[in-house]
Amino acid sequence: MDIETIKSPENLVYAKPELLNDHHMHYCPGCSHGVVHKVIAEVIAQLGLQEKTIGIAPVGCAVFAYNYIDIDWQEAAHGRAPALATATKRLLPDRLVFTYQGDGDLAAIGTAETIHAANRGENIAIIFINNGIYGMTGGQMAPTTLRDMKTSTSPEGRDVATMGNPLRILDMLALLNGVCLATRVSVHTAAAVKKTRRMIKKAFENSMAGKGTSIVEVVSTCNAGWKMTPEEANDWMVEHMFPYYPIGDLKNI
Amino acid sequence: MKGNEAIAHAAIRFGVDGYFGYPITPQSEVIETLMEQAPWKTTGMVVLQAESEVAAINMVYGGGACGKYVMTSSSSPGVSLMQEGISYMAGAELPSLIVNVQRGGPGLGTIQPSQADYFQTVKGGGHGDYRLITLAPDSVQEMADFVALAFELSFRYRNPAMILSDGVIGQMMEKVRLPQQRRRRTDQEIREQCPWATLGRTPDRAPNVITSLELDSEVMEKNNERIQAKYRVIEEKEVRYEEVQCADADYLLVAFGSAARICMKTIELAREEGIKVGLLRPITLWPFPMKELRRYADQVKGMLSVELNAGQMVEDVRLAVNGAVPVQHYGRMGGIIPTPDGVLDALKKKLIS
Repeated sequence: MDIETIKSPENLVYAKPELLNDHHMHYCPGCSHGVVHKVIAEVIAQLGLQEKTIGIAPVGCAVFAYNYIDIDWQEAAHGRAPALATATKRLLPDRLVFTYQGDGDLAAIGTAETIHAANRGENIAIIFINNGIYGMTGGQMAPTTLRDMKTSTSPEGRDVATMGNPLRILDMLALLNGVCLATRVSVHTAAAVKKTRRMIKKAFENSMAGKGTSIVEVVSTCNAGWKMTPEEANDWMVEHMFPYYPIGDLKNI
Repeated sequence: MKGNEAIAHAAIRFGVDGYFGYPITPQSEVIETLMEQAPWKTTGMVVLQAESEVAAINMVYGGGACGKYVMTSSSSPGVSLMQEGISYMAGAELPSLIVNVQRGGPGLGTIQPSQADYFQTVKGGGHGDYRLITLAPDSVQEMADFVALAFELSFRYRNPAMILSDGVIGQMMEKVRLPQQRRRRTDQEIREQCPWATLGRTPDRAPNVITSLELDSEVMEKNNERIQAKYRVIEEKEVRYEEVQCADADYLLVAFGSAARICMKTIELAREEGIKVGLLRPITLWPFPMKELRRYADQVKGMLSVELNAGQMVEDVRLAVNGAVPVQHYGRMGGIIPTPDGVLDALKKKLIS
């Protein structure tokens, strides 16, 4: 079988989603962001919402999310994406409005905006990438960094007595009446990606149906920040992240 | 009605799409009036009490990114919290209206009137090289009128605009003529007026991305140059000011907002004593009436900048006249309002005797 035969449409078993453009992604090889971007692009197209979607990009590794998915985007200040999304959705109630935020953006500097948007039950979807570290700035401690985990600002490991405990912010958000979906997923296996696609679709449908705030936490790897190979990072995530951030629904109304 | 109430009514009538704010004295009547009027039932205007001024200004960013007429209002400590968002909006070239009904600082300061945020407003406040179109009303009527003017300028130049008021103008009651009710623009009209707005990507265009980020220094310098060129146009075309009894003046008072109101009485008192005093009232604090002040330097013997602060605008007056005539400052701080007599005494002591 030659390359042309392999590439022919009838033999195609996988294609890049139409909304994902050809920009070279700046993410490190092995990083979870690329997979989540792909899933989001697929779901928007599947729901036929490409002309009705406004994405809000964060500050952090995903700051350039707007370069990869061909929809309208707003780039927020660090932590403020839910505030932008609040106004956008209220002013354009028939649009799909989602934020894409990392753990520093959502659970540290943007805690107030996140909690209050969710408490008001803003009809937005929040895609929350939790990899337990600040990737963009070079591997500093995040609010979600695990106990004893080494980062560049916790070189001896996170000492919970002085640095606080890793924050399970999804558990806090699930308590709020404004939240209709609070779920944890991952993208380290094909089955996990499939589940993630299903939950992001649900979150987007909730936004369009006006059911309240949906939060999809993607427990992710940062192999570069964790200083591991992609494969080691996946194993480490399963062994260490999953017990503290268990996969599954906390709330799904 | 009160100045603060006039802002709220004028916003509804102008067809503003969204107001996002957090209560703070002495301007809470703005959001209170909006909540009482409930414009979401009539014009469809969104009114939302945010969890903080930080959230409020970022809601304004989101709304501005959609090409909507969006605004917030606050007072000095709250406006300090908004500086990040204002810088981001200037960087992303987003229109919006921010109202600052100033109170005395620094810090928590006092709830009494002040003009001590002049520097913060016209010299930056937030980070980076940017400018804020700044209108300074001196009456309840201008509080109402400047809502439309601020949005007009803000959208014409894709830059945030501020109404820099103070506790006197916000709280005092005067008669006001409100504008006719306008209908809010449709999304289609916004698409035509603001082709850059994030309303959802239609197949006929590339994605719209609202951002102030550019990591390539060469491109970032070009972005800055483009923004600076826009500022030069605004400085050339949008200066607004009022002259009161300037034609024969030997001395010029320079004052904005409530200080200008006080100076009107000072002019009367001075002229009764045979001292020919005039007033130049900058209406736009940025762009500042540089050329106009320079012209008066050839006519008058001295200028007195009267402000409710320790001396801020006086620096711009001095820059304008560049040493051609003596320029002095008179002000009160901490919420104390100067009296017309006090201004006249200061004029005599600092410039005449």
